[in-house]
Amino acid sequence: MSIDESTAAKVASLARIRVEAEELPALAADFNRILGFIEQLGEVDIDGVEPMVSVTPMKLRLREDVVTDGGQPEKVLSNAPDAREGFFAVPKVVE
Amino acid sequence: MSDLTKLGLADARDALTKGETTSVELTEAFLTAIEAADGLNAYVHKTPEIAMDRAKAADAARRTAEAGPLCGLPLGIKDLFCTQGVASQAGSRILEGFKPEYESTVTSKLWDAGAVMLGKLNMDEFAMGSSNETSTYGPAVNPWRQTGDDKSLTPGGSSGGSSAAVAADLCLAATATDTGGSIRQPAAFTGTVGLKPTYGRCSRWGIVAFASSLDQAGPITKSVRDAAIMLGAMAGHDAKDSTSAELAVPDFEAMLTGDIKGQIIGIPKEYHVDGMPPEIDTLWTRGKEMLADAGAKIVDISLPHTKYALPTYYVIAPAEASSNLARYDGVRYGRRAALAQGDGITDLYEKTRAEGFGDEVKRRVMVGTYVLSAGFYDAYYNRARKVRTLIKKDFEDAFAQGVDAILTPATPSSAFPIGAMEDADPVQMYLNDVFTVTVNLAGLPGISVPVGLDAKGLPLGLQLIGRPWEEGALLNTAYAMEKAAGFVDKPARWW
Repeated sequence: MSIDESTAAKVASLARIRVEAEELPALAADFNRILGFIEQLGEVDIDGVEPMVSVTPMKLRLREDVVTDGGQPEKVLSNAPDAREGFFAVPKVVE
Repeated sequence: MSDLTKLGLADARDALTKGETTSVELTEAFLTAIEAADGLNAYVHKTPEIAMDRAKAADAARRTAEAGPLCGLPLGIKDLFCTQGVASQAGSRILEGFKPEYESTVTSKLWDAGAVMLGKLNMDEFAMGSSNETSTYGPAVNPWRQTGDDKSLTPGGSSGGSSAAVAADLCLAATATDTGGSIRQPAAFTGTVGLKPTYGRCSRWGIVAFASSLDQAGPITKSVRDAAIMLGAMAGHDAKDSTSAELAVPDFEAMLTGDIKGQIIGIPKEYHVDGMPPEIDTLWTRGKEMLADAGAKIVDISLPHTKYALPTYYVIAPAEASSNLARYDGVRYGRRAALAQGDGITDLYEKTRAEGFGDEVKRRVMVGTYVLSAGFYDAYYNRARKVRTLIKKDFEDAFAQGVDAILTPATPSSAFPIGAMEDADPVQMYLNDVFTVTVNLAGLPGISVPVGLDAKGLPLGLQLIGRPWEEGALLNTAYAMEKAAGFVDKPARWW
């Protein structure tokens, strides 16, 4: 499996990371080296093996479906690059 | 008392208990040492005012006999831990300016135990790296140098600031985290002790997430006893982390008897890797001899899927990272890129992440995105999760045969020069974790103990791997090895 520049561009777009056209060849080459390394896993006989879900056998606990936190909008917004009138502010998303 | 910074955590605690010094004196000594050590780039956010306030409070608490187990003891905190009101950037530009409104569970426990925070410690960006060179603050520098050579060496990674600070006596002990070796490899590179607990022993809440099924917090310390004390304070169930174990925390320090008679120590044949320096092999043999002399039984074992651990890790860790790091979007916290006229929300995300993440982080996020994408999920991600099951089973089989602990080298080399891997392909850097990464995949506790120096005058460590939840027994075996090795060397001060 070899990654070409258009696949690299697609992955960058899915990851929401801007990659300029001139950086794509190096990125594709890096992907190919890393995926080439990962390819070894193809040798392993995994017939009948369950994929690991949890490394320590444990049952996820459930708690009451109640509000346990909240009522602190100032704290929630205190680190936002742009917050106005109690909301996170972003560029227009609806035309 | 003479140089207080040379004390270990247990010694300092005992000196405070006996009234031979005060937390204020101790803390001032460390703050002075830190100011003189900027050349190591270990501390990236210093908190002298917080340190002095807590030291004074600790001295007052001690007079009223309300002293916690770490009362008045100054610690360094890895930048990955969220600390309320104090910059917590995970070594990344994208978290520039981020000051959490909350405190991580582990650091809360340390402060509740009376510990004093000296500041935040350097690390690879989002804990992705093995040399601290991916940090937005620039690399931390190893206080150790090769004999007769003043080249700067890496203190390892990702917890390079933690290992450098402990080795250079810039704190009594430090917090660290380990996803593939990030506690044990830096400890081995700096002649310090690094303990990765069983997955679930320490709460992950408030620690910036890298790969949630692998991440685990632990200490880097000057001795095995200090590691036992730190783990006791850091560990424990937390309702805010659904993977935190509901198990009592034993008194790990009380379990350090040094008696390991009859313990069975496994030596995995697969850990003899090609190209390993003969010195590492010699050290490993010495480790076996030391444990045998202490009464342990040494047996050869096989962990047949070892060679697949690194490729498995480099599917699972990037996959989880791509998901965890999706939250850095320039909206809720940290840095936002400057936008051009007419830029929309996607431009905001893409530009912010392009300028906020470093190259290694971008690479891993994108590899993770790829292995999780439609059409490749089964071929890569599910296959890796199945191989992970087999890697864990290798250890279960060894433990079922009666093995109590497993002895391996900690790293394939001693500390290497900063910049040495600059032109290497990313996979070369990944090989640093060849002996440590299996432990994360299997969720086991592992500890790196300094055992000797190589011909270049640099420290080397051995790793002991224990049964799940048996950190106490593991620490005791490490304690026996530490006593036998008698490693007391310290780096000569040049900074």
